Amino acid sequence: MAPPDHRRPFKRPTISDQQRRRELSLLRQAQHRLDAQHRARCLASTVLSLEAPGPGPGPEPEPEPVPELELELAAESEHHVEGGGGGGDSRSPSKEFDVRQASKLRGAEARKWFARQLMLPEWMIDVPDRLPQDWYVSARPAGKRCFVVSADGITVSRLRNGSVLHRFPSALPGGSRTRDVSGSAQSYSILDCIFHELDQTYYVIDMLCWRGYSLYDCTAEFRFFWLNSKLVESGACDPPSQNHRYRFSAVPVYNCDENGLHAAYTGAVTYIKDGLLFYNKQAHYQAGNTPLALVWKDEKCSQYVIDTDSNGNVPRLQQVVLELQDDFKLITSDDPPVVFGSLDNDIVQKSGLRSGYLLKFAISDGGLSFVDGRLDRADLQYLGKSNRARAFADSYSKVIFQYSVRHSPLRIDDLLAAISSRDDRENEHPDVEMVD
Amino acid sequence: MAMEVTQILLNAQSIDGSVRKHAEDNLKQFQEQNLPGFFLSLAGELANEEKPAESRKLAGLILKNALDAKEQHRKYELVQRWLALDAAVKAQIKNCLIKTLSSPSHDARSTASQVIAKLAGIELPQKEWPELIGTLLTNIQQLPAHTKQATLETLGYICEEVSPEAVEQNHVNQILTAVVQGMNSSEANNDVRLAATRALYNALGFAQANFSNDMERDYIMRVVCEATLSPEVKIRQAAFECLVAISSTYYEKLAPYIHDIFNITAKAVKEDEEPVALQAIEFWSSICDEEIDILEEYGSDFTGDSEVPCFYFIKQALPVLIPLLLETLLKQEEDQDQDEGAWNIAMAGGTCLGLVARTVGDDIVPLVMPFIELNITKPDWRQREAATYAFGSILEGPSPEKLVPLVNVALNFMLSALMKDPSNHVKDTTAWTLGRMFEFLHGSMLETPIITPANCQQIVTVLLQSMKDVPNVAEKACGALYFLAQGYEDMGPSPSPLTPFFQDILQALYAVTRREDAGESRLRTAAYETLNEVVRCSTDDTSPMVMQLVPHIMMELHQTLEAQKLSTDEREKQNELQGLLCGCLQVIIQKLGSSEATKYVFLQYADQMMGLFLRVFSCRSATAHEEAMLAIGALAYATGSGFEKYMSEFYRYLEMGLQNFEDYQVCAITVGVVGDLCRALEDKILPYCDGIMTQLLKDLSSNQLHRSVKPPIFSCFGDIALAIGENFEKYLIYAMPMLQSAAELSAHTSGADDDMTEYTNSLRNGILEAYSGIFQGFKGSPKTQLLMPYAPHILQFLDSLYMEKEMDDVVTKTAIGVLGDLADTLGSNAGPLIQQSISSKDFLNECLSSDDHMIKESAEWAKLAISRAISI
Repeated sequence: MAPPDHRRPFKRPTISDQQRRRELSLLRQAQHRLDAQHRARCLASTVLSLEAPGPGPGPEPEPEPVPELELELAAESEHHVEGGGGGGDSRSPSKEFDVRQASKLRGAEARKWFARQLMLPEWMIDVPDRLPQDWYVSARPAGKRCFVVSADGITVSRLRNGSVLHRFPSALPGGSRTRDVSGSAQSYSILDCIFHELDQTYYVIDMLCWRGYSLYDCTAEFRFFWLNSKLVESGACDPPSQNHRYRFSAVPVYNCDENGLHAAYTGAVTYIKDGLLFYNKQAHYQAGNTPLALVWKDEKCSQYVIDTDSNGNVPRLQQVVLELQDDFKLITSDDPPVVFGSLDNDIVQKSGLRSGYLLKFAISDGGLSFVDGRLDRADLQYLGKSNRARAFADSYSKVIFQYSVRHSPLRIDDLLAAISSRDDRENEHPDVEMVD
Repeated sequence: MAMEVTQILLNAQSIDGSVRKHAEDNLKQFQEQNLPGFFLSLAGELANEEKPAESRKLAGLILKNALDAKEQHRKYELVQRWLALDAAVKAQIKNCLIKTLSSPSHDARSTASQVIAKLAGIELPQKEWPELIGTLLTNIQQLPAHTKQATLETLGYICEEVSPEAVEQNHVNQILTAVVQGMNSSEANNDVRLAATRALYNALGFAQANFSNDMERDYIMRVVCEATLSPEVKIRQAAFECLVAISSTYYEKLAPYIHDIFNITAKAVKEDEEPVALQAIEFWSSICDEEIDILEEYGSDFTGDSEVPCFYFIKQALPVLIPLLLETLLKQEEDQDQDEGAWNIAMAGGTCLGLVARTVGDDIVPLVMPFIELNITKPDWRQREAATYAFGSILEGPSPEKLVPLVNVALNFMLSALMKDPSNHVKDTTAWTLGRMFEFLHGSMLETPIITPANCQQIVTVLLQSMKDVPNVAEKACGALYFLAQGYEDMGPSPSPLTPFFQDILQALYAVTRREDAGESRLRTAAYETLNEVVRCSTDDTSPMVMQLVPHIMMELHQTLEAQKLSTDEREKQNELQGLLCGCLQVIIQKLGSSEATKYVFLQYADQMMGLFLRVFSCRSATAHEEAMLAIGALAYATGSGFEKYMSEFYRYLEMGLQNFEDYQVCAITVGVVGDLCRALEDKILPYCDGIMTQLLKDLSSNQLHRSVKPPIFSCFGDIALAIGENFEKYLIYAMPMLQSAAELSAHTSGADDDMTEYTNSLRNGILEAYSGIFQGFKGSPKTQLLMPYAPHILQFLDSLYMEKEMDDVVTKTAIGVLGDLADTLGSNAGPLIQQSISSKDFLNECLSSDDHMIKESAEWAKLAISRAISI
């Protein structure tokens, strides 16, 4: 029973430097482990797949004659392979492409790559089932659709054809050279936006990547939840400042029931509307055309219901852009493509047209005719090569939508009726769940 | 044999080495051949009044040492060995021991007391020897004084040895009754009274129930207070020791007695002999400790539902306590600063004053300032030193608003005293006080700086000058410089105010390390520690100067390795120096290796440095090994994959470190270095993984290795898996069952104390980090399906952690991250499993709305990964 020793340290620092060295080392190791873990979590999930559906398989065009973007794009489709089945990330690495690698691309290469990353909604040519249950609706802002990437202290927006719209500092993660709170070099984000000229604002319609985490494989429901909670947090919705040149804003998204559709259609917003966007809640972000995102418009919610020509006038006849194949068939940008007819060999030879060219046609008075809901014949009139800035042919749904706008448009009342009739049906058969 | 044992025991204490050796061998042989016989003859020897006192005492001590060991593993073996003995043998041994308590020989009684306590420590928790307490207490009041003394001493030892749960409450009551009666002033025999008072000290932990009963508590407190007034100094000291123990164990019960205790302690501090006065001061220091803890808990949580309320005893006693303590400051001993072991009333009083300042904050300042002003310029060094010490003591606790104006006035005075005061004692305390000013009132967190461009140069000049003073003053000057530098550490990349003096500071510190007398007063250590801190706060403009230091430090280390034929004492000093030099290089590596601007130039030294570190491993010193290992870890991280070229040579030392159970700190550090290597080498570590994993698995299954090393080993599995990816496959069959059983063990913490809960959480964190690393390592590999069979258990583990609600924030963060990693790697295959788990719902939602940024971030990651997994 030794007497207790109550001696206390006298004039001594309570922590020795040796202990401090030990602790700092442990701290350093813990930090590095955290970095390694973070890197593993991000790298693995930021892989963007190049499996965007291209304008269909075509033979390789000769590269030299015309350095047109369209041709190069068509050539890219060579690399398109259907993604491997199975869960997780079982895709083979050769078809994966990291956005960070992509950000190192320059000029045409960069444009090519970015051009195929956007999800392109089909035009609504008939009303999908279960609108109130499975779909969101929002009012689409009028403006330039673009792809905003923030990384390495700079934010770059690119248009649908891959060309740069703005290069600017922003409050998005990694979007400016200020010290980011998260501090990580892996911190970068990718947004699907519409740039609205009037208030110089990027309206965010979808989120693909946030702080290095990929949202590609997430449902729309999740992406919108994420978008709404994260965007404001980041300060990207704050007014412009030195390190944040443009304001970002989330577009209000509603459940597509009667109230939601009404709100999107008539509700006041800070931007000029250009139709309504519909998103299937379960759909992943998928580059290229998809029937799981739809766009619809009428005169009340859009200034540009009927397509205009390059001078801003509505042409008498509807114009379409189609892609020429090597068997002279004219196809849409869909996957698989829809064939609208074929071009006479004479014209091809005379005009020096080649496979992969995008060509402009007018739909003549013969119009389009359908058999069993499928396009049977189109009365096409060749107008010439399309504008060089075009990256893709028109999609089938776009042509049909424009056609129906001119002939028998789908009206808002049709949408509302579809919603209420579905509601009724739901009530009648409460236990029948239709799952596809 | 029984006849011979006495002679053998006497021979074992012979001054003749060969006789002693022979006797020890005989004893060892006896023990190995016939353990029960050996124990019986030892017990018999101890109990035999005919035998010489020396052989009896040694017999008892050998018996005691055969029942207990410091090392856990060995201790367990000894306990099992005793329990396995024949019941009759055990009973006979116990009888001998109990009988010895009434021996006329004090040594025999006291030895028997200790052996009985050891046996009680083994048997009572097993519910054996139930009659022990009863036997001891039977007729205690009728026993002769010497037996009564031995019985009380035995009870005290038993309380020290056994945990309170192992003793029934009615036995506790009986023990306390006997002890308190023995302490009572009516007890005429001082030996009995002293034994009783010392026994109470150990029995206090058993008295929870009795302290909750007002009458019993009043009685115990009255007897203790009376004992502080005993004419016998040892009893007074022991009684004050009881008061100290009561102050920390039963703080919340003290209010009715505090006034009386104050009067008793005040009298003791002023008038009593030093050992008693020291305990009286310690009572107040201990009250400060309690109130500081309680108030800290208040500070972090304003709900005020802290278990123990603060009674503000110190605040109430302040007007009388402060003068009392200030008075003690004037009772310094000459040269106490040169004596490492010194502890006197001035030191205890000053320490208590510092604690009071931390307890009450601003209120202490007006009570101390008059004393300082009165004494600081007096001709007697004692007065100047006491005033300076008082000022230094109150610098931690009161607010900067209160202190900064005072420090601004005092700073110049102190600087000049450090240069000019004729007393070394005053200079020592002055340098220490400057250090305290910089420690608590200087740094980027403070609004009004006490160090400005105007006085910075003077401060540095004075400190550097003072570093040439006698060792104890120079050591304090180094300490002051340490905190001066530390205040600039987090200033960022802008040029530091120290930049103009940086070269001079480095040179001065380096010169101190080379002083002939640097071995005194811890001066060399202080100089290296300060050098380390100065290196840590170097900036881009001063790092070239640090770079110039590197060859010098390496040369110093080289010289220690060349030294030949050293005495044990010299070798010890040499090893200590190697530790300091490796520590310094480690800090430099971390600093220069982490900046792109300096890294490449610095790494030119890597080969040489590595060569030196490897040579340090051939010296036998745990501290030096530890420091060298830490330095190598830092170097591996700085060199990255280039470290591969050192691996073949370094590997055997790495393995040695992982096998070092004895110096478990070395083992722990080495495990951390494996992590560094994984991150530096990535898949290039693969050739060494078989060896490393074998060693780590051995470590985990060893019951000799200190438990604190096990959690980092699990984390290390994660590091390895992350580095070598799917190549971890072959270790899965070993690692996964280990993780699984550790997970099961750690899933529940119910009933554990704070230490155990903390350990359990660190274990959980290690396990979870392992899972995280393994999942991420396998991610994207075709072999991910190998992990599928483990998923249900891992999810269950997460669920049980969530249900247990005893996780700390770190575990929560790691756990929810593992959920994400699992989903991320296993994808849709694990979707249904994940959706069934509670973790993916309630736990995840709770984490998503956490205030903790790290938890929230991990939870977001998990939500994302799950959402991908279940929607594919």
